[in-house]
Amino acid sequence: MSVRGRVLAVSDGIAIVRGERGDASVPAQPAWRAGDLVDGDEVVRPHGGGDYPEPTTEVMRLPRPRVAALHARAKALTALRTFFAERDFVEVETPLLVPSPGLEIHLDAVEAGGGYLITSPEYQMKRLLAGGFERIYQVCKCFRAGEHGPHHASEFSMVEWYRAYADLDAIIEDTEALVHAVVRAVSQSSFARVGGRAIDVTPPWPRISVREALLRWAAIDLHGDESAAEIVAKVRAVGIALADDTAWDDAFFAAFLAKVEPAIAAFDRPVVLQDWPAPLAALARRKPSEPAVALRFEAYIGGIELANAFGELTDPVEQRARFEHDQQIRRERSRAVYPIDEKLLAALTEGLPPSGGIALGFDRLVMLATGAATIDEVLTFTAPEL
Amino acid sequence: MYDTSDIRKGLKVLMDGNPWTVIEFQFVKPGKGAAFTRTVFKNLLNGKTKEMNIRSGEKLEPANVDQREMQFLYKEAGDLVLMDQTNYEQVSVSAEMVGKAADLMKDNLPCTVLFFNERAIDVTLPTFVFLEVTASEPGVRGDTSGNVQKPATVETGAEVMVPLFIRVGDTIKIDTRTHEYVERVTKQ
Repeated sequence: MSVRGRVLAVSDGIAIVRGERGDASVPAQPAWRAGDLVDGDEVVRPHGGGDYPEPTTEVMRLPRPRVAALHARAKALTALRTFFAERDFVEVETPLLVPSPGLEIHLDAVEAGGGYLITSPEYQMKRLLAGGFERIYQVCKCFRAGEHGPHHASEFSMVEWYRAYADLDAIIEDTEALVHAVVRAVSQSSFARVGGRAIDVTPPWPRISVREALLRWAAIDLHGDESAAEIVAKVRAVGIALADDTAWDDAFFAAFLAKVEPAIAAFDRPVVLQDWPAPLAALARRKPSEPAVALRFEAYIGGIELANAFGELTDPVEQRARFEHDQQIRRERSRAVYPIDEKLLAALTEGLPPSGGIALGFDRLVMLATGAATIDEVLTFTAPEL
Repeated sequence: MYDTSDIRKGLKVLMDGNPWTVIEFQFVKPGKGAAFTRTVFKNLLNGKTKEMNIRSGEKLEPANVDQREMQFLYKEAGDLVLMDQTNYEQVSVSAEMVGKAADLMKDNLPCTVLFFNERAIDVTLPTFVFLEVTASEPGVRGDTSGNVQKPATVETGAEVMVPLFIRVGDTIKIDTRTHEYVERVTKQ
């Protein structure tokens, strides 16, 4: 077999060569020195014929490529595109640099070139729906300032797709089938791996409402139409300390993170957590039969929050009110206030068909398919490596 | 002031008048919720730990804590006297701060001393020290099976359990965290 790659070290007639498939030990040719690029037995010299600097072992100090993870990532991407093509989705590319990034209370955008990098591509994708597209998807980079952790990177890859004239059940079904297809393509099995556990991702997945989950694991009965003071009282009643002026969402997440998330993380199956309380609707419309909850679900696998979906809000008046409310809260908390995307609101006014849409973290999907413990293990380069 | 983006292992902060150091931290952000850093702090004075969620935007006060490399000089009535080689300042700390490892300290041993508001609050020894064995009974011939050990006295006066083949005059490597023999370094 012919050898191609960079010689990392030569010792006792054996060379370690870093190639496309990783590092391999091979018999060394006499001319090889550490730092050389080799192809077959030949040393590849730089073009130009000028002074050739001494080969260095500088390359040894560069981050070792995460070879297996990057091959898995490429496979996942191919499986994903095949999946959407088979379901007649059109792949789209919307701009990353926009005048108005996602307007969410808890998301900070990265400023760039007089505008912002997107925190998600949803505004432009919804304009495509209003413009007549019925099934669209996109895989793109999104940017969220200050997010670094085992499951977070400030720059990450998002898969986002929308179905016009469809409800959330269709999106749940897509999600289950997509995750299953990608996990199979990468691991040749139906099992995602997380924290040493194997989780069967074969559809369908168990579904539970947020209300049921809070009742079951936190002993809190939350309807979704409580005031901030009422939810604070309910959360305190189960022994979780909260300040008097705790905001609605902070009280909710205090209970959710303490009681519900650990229970869901321990499940040996993926979980679809649906029907979120209206104050956490974000861009979801309310459930017609139960206005205190929103048509929103999240998919969790082994404690990893993989995807968030909405039955999309199509009412331009309510959408503007929610944007203004979020702006107001950000202003009160001295956080950057982003402009409202008037072109999105114009598209809603013109008419957005009833649609379901979802954002799924691609890096997290690759983590689940490969069993990686942190997002860094599946990124091509992490921020500190740049 | 520090904010959550400054949180890393070893960061020293002041809370309730006590110096604390970060021993673990993790960024947490539920999809539509506020980000925070789940942080475990250790109290540098009493070793107690506590976990807190520090929300993005919250501030932490730096503790006036600094670390200095100092050399151990001598023991004096239950105290250890150390000297800063750069300015010859001496500091005296209670031997209790070092615990059992105090009897492994030899003159000129380089140590790390932690100061809080100019007061020495902790002394860290090198992980390993190398000491000569000054007394030990010879191993009993034939009794060489398994992990049979015997006591040996080293030059600082400390007693350590060693394998039977160790003899007076050998230099041995000792782990200061466990007070245990690691290996023989020189052979007489």
